[in-house]
Amino acid sequence: MNIVSRLCWRVLPALTLILSGACHATPYIPADGRQVVERLPGRANPVQRELLHLRAELSKNPNDIGRATALAQRYIEQARLEGDPRYLGYAQAALAPWWKLPQPSDQVLVLRATLRQSTHQFAEALADLDTVLARDSDNVQARITRATVQMVTGDYAGARTSCMRLYSRAPALIVQTCLSSVGSVNGDARASFDKLKSTLERHPDAAPGVRTWVHTLLAEMAARAGDNAVADALFKQAMAGAGPAGAEPDSYLLGAYCDFLLDRGRAAEVAALLKDRTRIDALLLRYAIAQKALGANDAAAQSDALRRRFEAAMLRGDTVHQREQARFELALRGDPNTAVKLAMLNWAVQKEPADLRILVETAAASGDAASARTALLWIDKTGIEDRTIAATVARLRATKGSTYQRIDMKVAR
Amino acid sequence: MILPWRRAGLGLLLALCMAESAAHKPSDSYLALTVTGNQVDGQWDIALRDLDMAIGLDADGNGELTWDEVRARHADIAAYALSRLALGVPRAGGVKDAAGVAGVAGATAPCPLAVTGQLLDQHSDGAYAVLELRATCPVDVIILDADYRLLFDIDPQHKGLLRLAYGALTSTAIFTPDSARQMLQVADAARWRQFFDYVRHGVWHIWIGFDHILFLLSLLLPAVLVRRAGRWQARDSVRASGIEVIKIVTAFTLAHSITLTLATLGMVTLPSRVVESAIALSVVVAALNNLWPLITRRLALLAFAFGLIHGFGFASVLLDLGLPQASLLLSLVGFNVGVELGQLAIVAVFLPLAYLVRATAFYRKAVLMGGSSLIAVLALVWLSERVLDLNIITA
Repeated sequence: MNIVSRLCWRVLPALTLILSGACHATPYIPADGRQVVERLPGRANPVQRELLHLRAELSKNPNDIGRATALAQRYIEQARLEGDPRYLGYAQAALAPWWKLPQPSDQVLVLRATLRQSTHQFAEALADLDTVLARDSDNVQARITRATVQMVTGDYAGARTSCMRLYSRAPALIVQTCLSSVGSVNGDARASFDKLKSTLERHPDAAPGVRTWVHTLLAEMAARAGDNAVADALFKQAMAGAGPAGAEPDSYLLGAYCDFLLDRGRAAEVAALLKDRTRIDALLLRYAIAQKALGANDAAAQSDALRRRFEAAMLRGDTVHQREQARFELALRGDPNTAVKLAMLNWAVQKEPADLRILVETAAASGDAASARTALLWIDKTGIEDRTIAATVARLRATKGSTYQRIDMKVAR
Repeated sequence: MILPWRRAGLGLLLALCMAESAAHKPSDSYLALTVTGNQVDGQWDIALRDLDMAIGLDADGNGELTWDEVRARHADIAAYALSRLALGVPRAGGVKDAAGVAGVAGATAPCPLAVTGQLLDQHSDGAYAVLELRATCPVDVIILDADYRLLFDIDPQHKGLLRLAYGALTSTAIFTPDSARQMLQVADAARWRQFFDYVRHGVWHIWIGFDHILFLLSLLLPAVLVRRAGRWQARDSVRASGIEVIKIVTAFTLAHSITLTLATLGMVTLPSRVVESAIALSVVVAALNNLWPLITRRLALLAFAFGLIHGFGFASVLLDLGLPQASLLLSLVGFNVGVELGQLAIVAVFLPLAYLVRATAFYRKAVLMGGSSLIAVLALVWLSERVLDLNIITA
């Protein structure tokens, strides 16, 4: 809480500055009428045509719940593929007639939970999912979404229970994916990887989307285990299978692969992969880090573009990007003190391996004892194994205060 | 068993891992409003992407939006935007309390809005249409009733980010579907805050106004000394030095307060180039007077005379800041207090240091003579710049 108030004091004056700066750019009138001033999702794109069609159909009959949920679902998929949160707003709009109802239909509740999760309203999302499951304990989608939210918030016991309940309700590959995702960060990394890999091999008929998803998870697990060659091969498989010809890999996969490449000093590959995907903040961040590593001329410009995006997000009061912002402050701005505060604020909300990693790295860079303690306690408690942060964790342990803390924990156990 | 899963579809399942990708920015518009009396001027930046979603801009649907395509829809853009924003002022006797917001329809007198121009601007996440707005309210705005509905129907996660300026004050607000209508206090907005804003401006102006600081320093440098028989000698006591400093600072303050007030109230006006040149001249004279002392006894008089000129300089800053008519006096006093505080801070640092080393040759030669020479040279440059309207160094 202390950190929150302290950061607020830092952020508030900055906000005023930003606000006054926000309108300092000079508006202009293009000299040439043929000048392209913006690139939009074109109607030539079949996906866009389909979305337009669905939207037009729905607007003729906005209370058609079947059409509304179908469109919302398509928008959510598109948000994931393009990494564009506007689609999430469009999905919410499609659900408008039911959005504020306390107990809408199961379909609407699951979609509402997914949208709430995407803006980090985890408690509200869980409440929606619990409502669904109380009515229909066989609702697989609600169960999986619930497991995901529990994973993100670090409730591994709850997530494992949710996964177990999928047995005999969902396909075996889905159940194993769910269980391995939890086990992989909860002291059972090796076995989780092996089980998921063999399950995938036993299901060659799995849908391409599911295969890509599983390949991505396996690649991340291998990267955390330090099996670089395996991880690289799996990432490449995921990238290759990302979809039918022409479809681009989704932003999550790209981000994960680029982190892997950056860790291995392969910044040039990152720059090549991301140069056309920089509209997405999370990818622009990796691109800028790669450019900086390469000593590229436009590194400063990319970093500046990113700064303006974070400022714009802060203006609207968003906090969903604090993980990225912490990494930005640490890796690009070289401000570990601000970075560690953001990493702690982020940690209060979500606890995925990437959240732990930025917490550990900012703790080490800033020398902040509280965040170091928080990270080490978590590592001891969950038994998460991650070779990418092992050296930094060892350094944190070497400092006296945290060592005592660890002994305390062991005694307490 | 597998049926419900099939029905739910793979796509949604995959959407689950998206909590990860923090993505690019959700939709925002930037609304900047400036209130002057009964008039509201504004600039409204709306993403072209959002306008395309709302009313369709990409005529040929090729995904490449040209300026011609935007321009052809200017009337529609203006009509769409204006249908989503309403400004008004609560009628007298209507809403007194800023908290009693919604449900007072009819108690608000509208301020009809018009789009006076359309441009483009580049924000961090793409190109935005820039709508220049003007609204005229039936009475001076004390509370602005703003009702913002842009895009909420097609994107409930859209937010309207408002920056509301009134005089030197700025406040901010965020419009969301749940806070679409807001009563924004404009005038009388926490008068003490406004007062302190001007105090801050005053302090700031002293700190960045090198010509004022150098003038003051030129007068203060010899204050810990006394001129006897054509030579500088250390003053005997802190008290004597202190009194001399107080006299100088008070005279300077009194003088510039007078002209600051007169100029701010519009009773006396001088061309700014004349004022700026005279200020530079005052620094030259004060510095040279330390090198070749003509006036040694009544420095306070010198401070007073030139203080009158500096007051005009302060006034131009204050007028540039813009003064809310409703609280003119308050702002004036606040600014003046700020200027004094800034000066006192300089004195508080200067006096103890100067007093400690006043008897040394270092102080007389390096600080007094050397410092004054430097100041004189710098001020001469300013003087020639300002008189001849050149740009040699910026100050």
